[in-house]
Amino acid sequence: MMIGLQHYLTLSAVLFALSIAGIFINRRNLILLLMCIELMLLAVNFNFIAFSRYLGDETGQVFVFFILTVAAAEAAIGLAILVVLFRNRRSINVAELDSMKG
Amino acid sequence: MFQAILFYLFSAVLVGAAIGVIFSRNPVHGVLFLILAFFQSAVLWLLIEAEFLAIVLVLVYVGAVMVLFLFVVMMLDVNIEEMIGSYARYLPFGLLMAVLMVTELIQIIWLRSGEGGTTDGFAATPEGYSNTEALGAVLYTEHVYAFEIAAVILLLAIVAAITLTMRRRPGLKQQNIARQVSVRAADRLRIVKMQAEKPDAEGQS
Amino acid sequence: MENIHLTIVLAPLAAAIVAGLFGKQIGRAGAHWITIVAVGLSFVLSLLVLKDIWFDGGEVYNYSVYTWAVSDGLRMEVGFLVDRLTALMMVVVTFVSWMVHIYTIGYMHEDPGYQRFFSYISLFTFSMLMLVMSNNFLQLFFGWEAVGLVSYLLIGFWFKRETAIFANLKAFLVNRVGDFGFILGIAGVVMFTNSLDYATVFASGEAIASQQIEVIGGNPWNAMTVICILLFIGAMGKSAQAPLHVWLPDSMEGPTPISALIHAATMVTAGIFMVARMSPLYELSETALAVVLTIGAITAFFMGLLGVVQNDIKRVVAYSTLSQLGYMTVALGVSAYSAAIFHLMTHAFFKALLFLAAGSVIVAMHHEQDIRKMGGIRRYMPITYWTSLIGSLALIGFPGSAGFFSKDALIEAVKYSHWAETDQLVYWIAYLSVLLGVFVTALYSFRMFFLVFHGEERMDAEAKSHLHETPWVVTGPLILLAIPSAIIGWFTIGPVLFGDFFGDSIQVSAAHDVLARLGETFTGSAGFIVHALQGPAVYLAFAGAITAWYLYLKRPELPGVLRDKLSGLYELLDRKYYFDDLYINGFAAWGRRIGRLLWSKGDEFLIDGLLVNGTANTVGRLAGVLRRVQTGYLYHYAFAMFIGITLILAWLLWS
Repeated sequence: MMIGLQHYLTLSAVLFALSIAGIFINRRNLILLLMCIELMLLAVNFNFIAFSRYLGDETGQVFVFFILTVAAAEAAIGLAILVVLFRNRRSINVAELDSMKG
Repeated sequence: MFQAILFYLFSAVLVGAAIGVIFSRNPVHGVLFLILAFFQSAVLWLLIEAEFLAIVLVLVYVGAVMVLFLFVVMMLDVNIEEMIGSYARYLPFGLLMAVLMVTELIQIIWLRSGEGGTTDGFAATPEGYSNTEALGAVLYTEHVYAFEIAAVILLLAIVAAITLTMRRRPGLKQQNIARQVSVRAADRLRIVKMQAEKPDAEGQS
Repeated sequence: MENIHLTIVLAPLAAAIVAGLFGKQIGRAGAHWITIVAVGLSFVLSLLVLKDIWFDGGEVYNYSVYTWAVSDGLRMEVGFLVDRLTALMMVVVTFVSWMVHIYTIGYMHEDPGYQRFFSYISLFTFSMLMLVMSNNFLQLFFGWEAVGLVSYLLIGFWFKRETAIFANLKAFLVNRVGDFGFILGIAGVVMFTNSLDYATVFASGEAIASQQIEVIGGNPWNAMTVICILLFIGAMGKSAQAPLHVWLPDSMEGPTPISALIHAATMVTAGIFMVARMSPLYELSETALAVVLTIGAITAFFMGLLGVVQNDIKRVVAYSTLSQLGYMTVALGVSAYSAAIFHLMTHAFFKALLFLAAGSVIVAMHHEQDIRKMGGIRRYMPITYWTSLIGSLALIGFPGSAGFFSKDALIEAVKYSHWAETDQLVYWIAYLSVLLGVFVTALYSFRMFFLVFHGEERMDAEAKSHLHETPWVVTGPLILLAIPSAIIGWFTIGPVLFGDFFGDSIQVSAAHDVLARLGETFTGSAGFIVHALQGPAVYLAFAGAITAWYLYLKRPELPGVLRDKLSGLYELLDRKYYFDDLYINGFAAWGRRIGRLLWSKGDEFLIDGLLVNGTANTVGRLAGVLRRVQTGYLYHYAFAMFIGITLILAWLLWS
C-alpha cells in the first residue's frame, strides 16, 4: 500500500479537529489558544503540501511558505499583545476579557 | 512499504503530540509538545519530498517562533491554577465537535474521492529534481510581488511587536539627539558686556 | 437675427445675475446702471426686430436654439418663434420694463433691498421674453412659471410685512390652481400630438378636434375643448380671471413699480397672449370660446364694480386691471384676438402709467395709500396730475386716446360677433357686461382721480409740508408712458386691427372673423371716432365720469348716504363677493383641517408612531434579546464559527 494524498489529508483533518477541540477545551488560556491556532495552521499547511505534490505544482508550496511567514508575524504580534495584556491586567485569563460584551 | 511504516509511525507521534498540546496543563509542556509536533511534521513533509519547507519549518518555526513562545511563557508569571477552573466543562462538547468534523472530513476524503480518486502514492519526481530550486524558480519570478509583500508583513510584525511592548517608564532620563546636535553656542553661553571694574580709591586699600 | 434674439433674451438675465449675486460689490448705482443698460439694449433690439418684421417685411423666425432632451420622440427644446405677435409683445414688455427700471431709481432709493429689486425685475424681463418668444409649450411653461416665481418674490419683496407674505403666498397658491390646469392642457397636447412644438401642434389641430376624450368615464368630450379649457384655466390663474382673480388685488402689497410692470402691464397679460397664440386651437372649439367669453364678461363687469368701493389707491387701479383683463378675455371669446392684443398693448401703456402715477403720489405722500387722506394734490404735483389725467382718459376710453380705440373696437367686435346668431344668452351677457363695464370704469377711475387730485386737502399738516413733485426719474417715465397712452391708438388701430399686421400668427376661421367684417366699414382713425360717437359706449363713459364728479366733488356727502341706503350691496362689494371668505375659510381652512388630521393621525400616529418609531422599537426589543448572544468572550465567537462550519459541511454532505 502506498502512502498517498488521502493519507495526508486524513492526517491533516485529524490535526485540524484536534486543534478545534483544543480551542474548546483551553478556552481560558490565551497562550494555549495561540498554540492551537499554530497547530491548525500546520494542518492547513499539510493540505497545501499534499495537494502540491499530488498536482505536481509548486505554487501550493509557495503558499505554505507565505503562510509560514504570516503565521510567524501573527505569533510575534499575538505574543506582544499577550505581554502587554499581562502587564496591564496581571492575568491572561480570557474569561476576564469581556469588554466586547453587548 | 518502508515509507508507509515511517508515515504511520511519525503520524502517530504527531497526533500524540497534538493531543499533548491540547491537554497540557502547564503551558511550558504545551510548547514543548508543539515543538515535537513540528518536528514530526517536518519529517512527514520530507517523506513527500517537500524538503525546503521541512527545513524552513524546523529552522524558522521551531528555531524562532517556538523559542519566542517558550520565552514568553516562561517570562510571564502565569497562574496556572486559575486557568484550570472549569476545565472539563467543555471537554465533551469539544470532543463531540472534533469527532463530528473528523467524520465529515474523512467521509469527504475517502468516500467522495473513491470514484475518481486514487489511493496510489504520489507520482515520482523527475530525475535530478530539486525541490528548493523549483520553489526558488517560481518564488522569485511569478510570486515576486507576494514575496515582497511578505517581507513588508514581517517588517510590520517587527515594528508592531516593538511598539506594543515598548514601555515608557516615567522619570526615565533620555537624550534628545536632535536637540543636542542642533544646539548653538548662543543657546548655552550668554556674553554679557559690561564695563570693567573702576579702580576706585577706597577699593584699593 | 438669431444673435439679436439671443441678446434680447440674455442681456436682462446676465444683468439680473450680476445685480443679484454681486450686488454688494457693484453697489447701488452699479446695480441700476447695469440692469437699465441691459433692458434698454433689449428694448432697442426689440424695436429693431419689430421694424425688420413690420416695415422691412422680414421673415418669420422659427428655430430651436438648444435641444434639452429627447424622450420617446418628444423633443424638449429651447427655441424662438419671432413673428409679428411676438415682436409686438417684445416691444411692449421691454419698453414698460425699461420705464419701470428707470422709475425704480426714484421709487426705491431709500430701500435696503435696492440691488435685489433690480435683479428681480431684470429676471422678470428675461422670463417674460422667454414666454413670449417661445416656439414650444415647454418653454412657454418655463416662462410662465418663471414670471410666476418672480411675481411671488416681488409681492413678498418687503418680506418683513406679514400682509406681504400672506399676499405672495396667496398669489402663489391661486396660481398653482391655474397652472395645474395649464400643465394638464399641455399634457393633453402632448398626448394627442406627441409634440411640444407650436407649428406641429397647430398643424394637427383638426386631428385633435375630431377626437373624443373621456375625462369622467362614460362622458366623451371633444378633445380640443378639453385641452383649450384646461389651457384657459392656466390663463385664468395668470390673468386673474374670476374666480381665480383673488390674488391680484392682494399683490398690491408689493412695491408699486412691480404692480405696474408685473401686475398690470405684462405678466398678467401672459394669459391673454397665450390664448391669442393658441388661436388656431381655440378656433376649433366653440365651447371653449363660450367659456372664455363668459368668464371674461363676468370679470370685466363685476370686478370693475369692486373698484368703486376701494379706498386704497393701488387697489382701485388693481381692480381696474382685473376689469380690463376681463375685456381682453371677452375679445378672445369673440375671436377678435387682434383686438385683445391691441387692447393689451394700449392697456400696458396706460395702466403702467396709472400705476407709476399712483406710485408717484404714494412717494410724495410718504407711503400713504388711502385716497380718503389725499385730495387737492393737483397743485403740488402738476406733472403727475396731467399724466394721470391722460392715463385715466385712456382707461375710460376718451375719444382719441389709446384706450378709446382698443376698447371701442373691442365693444364693436362683441356687438357684431358670431355669437349673436349662435348663442343669444352668451351674447347678451357679454355685450351688456362690456357696455355697463364702460360706465363702471369711468366711475371708479374718476372717483379716484377726483379724490386724489381735486377737492379739499384731507392729509395732515405734516404730510402736506413735505408734498412736492417727485424727481425726474419718476416723472420721466410718466411722461414717456403718457405719450403712447395718448396717441398710439391713432396710428396703430388701422394696421393692427383691420390690416394684416399679425399675418399668420393669429388664425381666425372665416365664420368667426368679426374684425374682418368691421374692417369693411373702417375708413381710418378719424372715421372710427365719428362712428364711435354714434354708439352708446362713449356716452356711457362720459356718464360715468360725470357721475363721479357729481358724487365726489359736487356733493361729497352723497356717497355716504348712498352707502347707508344700499348697505347690503355695499357690504357685498366691500367683502369682494365673499370670494376671499370662501377661499380662506372654505378651501384653505378645510385644506388645513385635512392637513392637520393627516399630520396628527397619518404622520404622527401612523408613520412616526407605528412605522418609524415602531420599527425602531421592534428592532430595539429584538436587539435586546439578541444582545445576550454577544457575550464578549472571544472564544464564543470562535465556537460559533466552528459550529457553523461543521453544520455547513454536514448539510453539504448529508442533505
